[in-house]
Amino acid sequence: MQKFNTLKSIPAYLPIVNIDTDMIIPKQFLKTIKRTGLGKNLFFEMRYDDNGKEINDFVLNQEPFNNSKILIAGNNFGCGSSREHAPWALLDFGITCVISSSYADIFYSNCFKNGILPIILEEEKIKELSEYANRKEEISVDLNDQKIIYGNNEIKFEIDPFKKKCLLEGLDDIALSLKKSDKIENFENKLKDKKPWVFND
Amino acid sequence: MSTTLYDKIWNDHLVDQQEDGTALLFVDRHLIHEVTSPQAFEGLRNSNRKVRHPNLTLAVADHNVPTTDRTKGISDQESKIQVDTLESNCKEFGVQLFGMDDKRQGIVHIIGPEQGFTQPGTVIVCGDSHTATHGAFGSLAFGIGTSEVEHVLATQTLVQKKAKNFRINVNGTLPLGVTSKDVILQIIGNIGTAGGTGCVVEYAGDLIRSLSVEQRMTICNMTIEGGARAGLIAPDEKIFEYLKGKPMSPKGQNWEKALEYWNNLKTDADASFDKEINLNANEILPMITWGTSPQDVITIDGKVPNPQNEKDEDKKNSIERALKYMGLTPDMAATDIKIDKVFIGSCTNGRIEDLREAAKILKDKKISSHVNAIVVPGSGLVKEQAEQEGLDKIFVNSGFEWREPGCSMCLAMNADKLKPEERCASTSNRNFEGRQGRGGRTHLVSPGMAAAAAISGNLDDVRKYQN
Repeated sequence: MQKFNTLKSIPAYLPIVNIDTDMIIPKQFLKTIKRTGLGKNLFFEMRYDDNGKEINDFVLNQEPFNNSKILIAGNNFGCGSSREHAPWALLDFGITCVISSSYADIFYSNCFKNGILPIILEEEKIKELSEYANRKEEISVDLNDQKIIYGNNEIKFEIDPFKKKCLLEGLDDIALSLKKSDKIENFENKLKDKKPWVFND
Repeated sequence: MSTTLYDKIWNDHLVDQQEDGTALLFVDRHLIHEVTSPQAFEGLRNSNRKVRHPNLTLAVADHNVPTTDRTKGISDQESKIQVDTLESNCKEFGVQLFGMDDKRQGIVHIIGPEQGFTQPGTVIVCGDSHTATHGAFGSLAFGIGTSEVEHVLATQTLVQKKAKNFRINVNGTLPLGVTSKDVILQIIGNIGTAGGTGCVVEYAGDLIRSLSVEQRMTICNMTIEGGARAGLIAPDEKIFEYLKGKPMSPKGQNWEKALEYWNNLKTDADASFDKEINLNANEILPMITWGTSPQDVITIDGKVPNPQNEKDEDKKNSIERALKYMGLTPDMAATDIKIDKVFIGSCTNGRIEDLREAAKILKDKKISSHVNAIVVPGSGLVKEQAEQEGLDKIFVNSGFEWREPGCSMCLAMNADKLKPEERCASTSNRNFEGRQGRGGRTHLVSPGMAAAAAISGNLDDVRKYQN
């Protein structure tokens, strides 16, 4: 997994609430057996017309937002399906940081598995930051210090310390858990004794 | 200390707890399907890992499968590759698979309970948000992403943080024609699509206890639409009766031991919840969704909202956007909404009781001439049972198409989908923009309401059709 440390970009602002994973990446693109290549279909239905032509009004089709690494969006971002294709599509497009006032749980957790930082801020601050998108000015994100720097201001954000560590170091969850193999085995042995039916034996 | 059912299941599955609160949780049951597993298996191969407990894993192809004649296989090449990939991965890693030609094939959340793979007190995961369905059995069941699928395959555990406890009590009795689908739509309307974020919901109250096992599954299934990853109900005699003798249920001595354990799975009387709400079942009416979020609910005798009545600017914009997408005018009556299609099926409402409920309304009636309607049974076994009861004939005689099992038009990954601006009364779970096909318009309803809409040609009150 790609490490996340600091990031500087003009943010793109999508002022829609409840952006669901069907909007982020529609089902016709879930037929892939790969993790890559989904960026061109990110927000497909808002981004292209019926003939596959880019819709000029859509923010990610406009300069400089077509190169944004930061996406600011309305609350409850990523609701709906568990599809990890949603963060894969964001990542493949180049977005590695999302800022919203809230996220759906599964999407939130999926981001961290892919080196994407989902930041939670109050609505008021979201509006303030969105001004930078409107003015096409850069903002910076510093994960280590847990802050966003914009103009002469900065704002702190909260993040789970373990998730932060994994992002900063690009750690592989599975490798970390496999270090606890003894504990897993121990648990399994007790389980066989206590609930023998669980193992289908 | 007094604990909730969720606390008990959580504590009983803790393999490791870090100081920062991050826990490693043992997973008893892992369901997989073709859409969210290929990259997980690829990950295992790339790092030379194997599936830790193939016998705790069950696979089925459901999202991509055709619901029409299957003898010619899958014509869509990408869908075919995905289904074939699942088959080869299962073979390579020794995981049991119900293939497309297996009678037991069906929607992953329908086959789990049907086989007795789903059991009380277990932790059940699947790369699918509607895994919450299995919570009806008193299990902690939730959807996960593909990276987590890989993690579970490799370690039989999952890295998790404890969620909050949220109890929803529903007491009273449901009026005639009102079902558990209406209950959950009402709940989502009340709490909103983010109302349960960060929580595990326990459904309780005498109405919940009075529901059948299948009706409970409909409620738990749509918990995710209220933002909570998992919803559960304390298991009781109905659950044990349902599971007894199922192919993968415990047998002999193990059954007795399991029963003893399952009987203790309940929230302590004085346990406290972080959040709690109460609903009166007597006041719940047949519901429909009018907009593009499952929280956009109104009763069938109600009206589509008017954005002018909304003071909050964001909410007003959101209503306007939804009305535009849905092609509706403010203040129009729900029963004036004309429909083109009807879909009965999905992990929400594709079980035998759902089909019976719809067939009861459709018996000796014809669907409206402009309506195109399909029934997609949730599994091969549901289909077989329905055919034994003659339900297929009732559907076909009324003008419905009788299909092969799968997810079908709930998410329209296969050939079953809406055309732009086509309007559908659907028993599924999501009315998002484009969910049932680009530009398609979805109204979520119960199976009886879907049948009533098919007959009328517009959304209609199922109570008119009750004998």
